[in-house]
Amino acid sequence: MTAYLLHLAILAGIYIILTVSLNLIIGYAGQVSLGHAAFYGIGAYASALVALHWHFPFPLAALSAMLAAGVCGMALGLPTLRLKEDYLAIVTLGFGVIMDLVFLNLEITGGPDGLAGIPSPALFGLSFRPTGRYLIIVAVAVILVLLVTWRLVESYHGRALRAIRDHEITAQVMGINTPAYKVVIFTLAAALAGLAGSLYAHYITFINPESFGLHTSILILAMVVLGGMGSIVGSVAGAVILTALPELLREFRSYQDLVYGALLVGLLILRPEGLLGKGKLSLKFLQRES
Amino acid sequence: MENVTSLLTVNNLTKKFGGVQALTGVSFTVEAGEILGLIGPNGAGKTTCFNLINGLIPPTAGSIMMAGRELLGLPPYHRAARGLARTFQNIQLFGGMTVQENILTGNHLSQKVGILQALLPLPKVRRAQAQAAGRALELLRLVGLEGKGDLPADSLAYGDQRRLEIGRALALGPQLLLLDEPAAGLNPRETEDLMVLLEELRRLGITLLVIEHDMTLVMGLCDRIVVLDHGEVIAAGPPREIRRDPRVIEAYLGKEEE
Repeated sequence: MTAYLLHLAILAGIYIILTVSLNLIIGYAGQVSLGHAAFYGIGAYASALVALHWHFPFPLAALSAMLAAGVCGMALGLPTLRLKEDYLAIVTLGFGVIMDLVFLNLEITGGPDGLAGIPSPALFGLSFRPTGRYLIIVAVAVILVLLVTWRLVESYHGRALRAIRDHEITAQVMGINTPAYKVVIFTLAAALAGLAGSLYAHYITFINPESFGLHTSILILAMVVLGGMGSIVGSVAGAVILTALPELLREFRSYQDLVYGALLVGLLILRPEGLLGKGKLSLKFLQRES
Repeated sequence: MENVTSLLTVNNLTKKFGGVQALTGVSFTVEAGEILGLIGPNGAGKTTCFNLINGLIPPTAGSIMMAGRELLGLPPYHRAARGLARTFQNIQLFGGMTVQENILTGNHLSQKVGILQALLPLPKVRRAQAQAAGRALELLRLVGLEGKGDLPADSLAYGDQRRLEIGRALALGPQLLLLDEPAAGLNPRETEDLMVLLEELRRLGITLLVIEHDMTLVMGLCDRIVVLDHGEVIAAGPPREIRRDPRVIEAYLGKEEE
């Protein structure tokens, strides 16, 4: 039972990193991204590959994951972040689907079989394979990520991001280089998702494309929305709740998805800004300009 | 008229929206230290003119020089860095922020702390923050919003929102401030307070280009006035000449029956 709780805690930690990073894009900078799991996957595969082929130790593998995901995030962000919300939603959605197909069809990623035998981290001869020890690594990563994002959003850079979210044109008039900020925040968020991917790969030690598809992107988005847009504490809460909820609903097995969905819909009706959020989910991209 | 020391020189500015000719060959200058009024009937192209100067839209033809340097081709945030600030006809505050944060946003360019530096608890970061906060407080006092810094910006009364928008623009430390109908929606008392504030800005050495319909403000405050009608400059000069100009009277009141 304890081992199971530790397992859930590790997953929750990984989802916290994913949720906080997506919240930077959606909740702070006000941009739409429906393909966050792609960066999670890029990080997981990059980390697994450098560990398997080049025997990178875990810290270097994690850095490689961040780098790979960050570079992909920048490559996607540079040409597309000039787009308006609805187009950006489609582009990021498409990117997620394409990456899913790439993982599934490349030889180096092992196709549908994925990659097995990813080494568990070991430092100075101490193995971090036991769940309790791995949790320490995840906890350290979560704390670092929370610290970085908290400092960032509390700085004047964070204010610039919120200005872009509230009124992009006015932000430009106030001297804020909005394209640069959007690319930087998109890159940073992708790199953090890559870190989450690395933590996942070296914990489960086996990855395949199933973990990084559209449903994962939607799950992370649901965690952001549930916790609240533009709230870091909210993202932590959203990630923990949506990691634990399916487990708590396990007894209703066949009705699990139904109850889960009803809870989410209910929350969005009663409290559209999420549990701890300050702004509502921008659905502007669903409305046509008249 | 071609004066090299002009703060802003708008030359032959032309803008077409599809088949609509919004501005045709508009030329005028703004001299450093003056308050220039830009007036004209609704739809004359005044706000279009601001949007072009500001870089929100590209012109079809013409040039815009500020302090001797071409502004065309620069995005709005680079024009802001050259000392150009503005307010909007329909107030555009950052609604999700407090009054003080709105002002601090205007201070963005003068904060020179990189993203990585900002993550660390460096003394430099704290100093920059304290400086910005101090400056924001001064500006709040200047625009008469002292003590309201922590209120949500969208909770302010309408007149206060107008003043906050001016305060936020001032936080840029502009050489030239474009004000798009600053008195719109204000009652006569608030308009009077606004005139006092604008006089104060003139005293501080900030050049103002003002679009306004309130003639008391325009005639009482402006050193010179440029009149637009149907996208063309029909008159330019000091207020007492503009007041008597038959073309201006015609544009506003229509032609007298013969």
